[in-house]
Amino acid sequence: MKERYPDVTIETICRLLIPPIQLFALYVIAHGHYSPGGGFQGGCILGASFIMMFIAYDIGEVKRKMQEKLNTILCSTGVLIFAGIGLICLILGANYLDYGILHNILPVHQAKARALGTLGIEIGVGIAVTSVMVSIFLNIATAGEHEGEP
Amino acid sequence: MKFFAFIVVLFTGALLIYGTVDMPNWGDPNSPPNSHVSPRYIEKTLEETATPNAVTSVLADYRGYDTLGETTVIFTAGVVCIMLLRRVK
Amino acid sequence: MDTAQFIIGKFNYWVYIVLMMIGFYAMIAKRNLVKKVVGMNIFQTAIILFFISTSSKSGATIPIIQNAHGDAAGHAINVAQYANPLPHVLMLTAIVVMVSTFGVALALLIMVNRDYGTFEEDEIYETLEVLQLKK
Repeated sequence: MKERYPDVTIETICRLLIPPIQLFALYVIAHGHYSPGGGFQGGCILGASFIMMFIAYDIGEVKRKMQEKLNTILCSTGVLIFAGIGLICLILGANYLDYGILHNILPVHQAKARALGTLGIEIGVGIAVTSVMVSIFLNIATAGEHEGEP
Repeated sequence: MKFFAFIVVLFTGALLIYGTVDMPNWGDPNSPPNSHVSPRYIEKTLEETATPNAVTSVLADYRGYDTLGETTVIFTAGVVCIMLLRRVK
Repeated sequence: MDTAQFIIGKFNYWVYIVLMMIGFYAMIAKRNLVKKVVGMNIFQTAIILFFISTSSKSGATIPIIQNAHGDAAGHAINVAQYANPLPHVLMLTAIVVMVSTFGVALALLIMVNRDYGTFEEDEIYETLEVLQLKK
């Protein structure tokens, strides 16, 4: 890999910009019921903020803070949250992914229970999309030859 | 070879443009994609799912299986990238 | 007048067909594998734009129910006021699939470049022929 030169302008701008971007991504995920947004869009924004961090700083330095092992675990956790909520509905006696039955265990009526089930799977999708974006970028940008444990 | 490819592209494009003659006009409210199942989604989304955003309710509730398959596809893509490229120094 | 109505009504499809044919030409005529993959991406973008354009209704807004809470809640919903949500949902998922297929294709190209040292199709065929002659 080529030698990396530290650049004060880029690092300062990224240090200022990345926290608002991540906050906005969480807002897009959580407010997807009432405004344009949702798990896919918010996950892409959150993944883009991490990719910005990888571009601006040294890859090894950022990888110490956001470990690759944790990222790979989060990849599957998102899908598991999605499938798990569907499985809870199945156990409670409804069809797979039929969130209306969740009002038996949540203190809300049926329509609100559907909204909460939707929120749960949006969070799962957001986690999965974020970590897949980061993983694809990390492996393609360095051709899989970045240092450290897999 | 490139000339032959250009001819094929022109022929396909002409065929597709001939096909658009029967397509519904831009912004037609009574076109086939706007008239069968989607009015029901817009009417019932607030009543059945308490979600004003019809896109979210269709994505996650009415068509949840589609989204589950989609999430599995991107998960598989991430795993494939790791499996193909990752080398430990 | 009639011809003008016809052109205005169908113009969006023609733009998408031109975009799609650009991608198609890149896929069948170019010899560089990266250019082929980018051509496939342009093709998919044209299809996504086509699907989104079928959801439009003239004078409609985005498919988010207005005044959903408070005093005005429970009012009658005018379907013609909101755009069709179904193509938006299908293409939202298709965009994510496009990004992941692009990632997997680039990963495969990196593997090809590791083995053959090039992205050009002709040079890969030459290397393959040399390898076959050695056997």
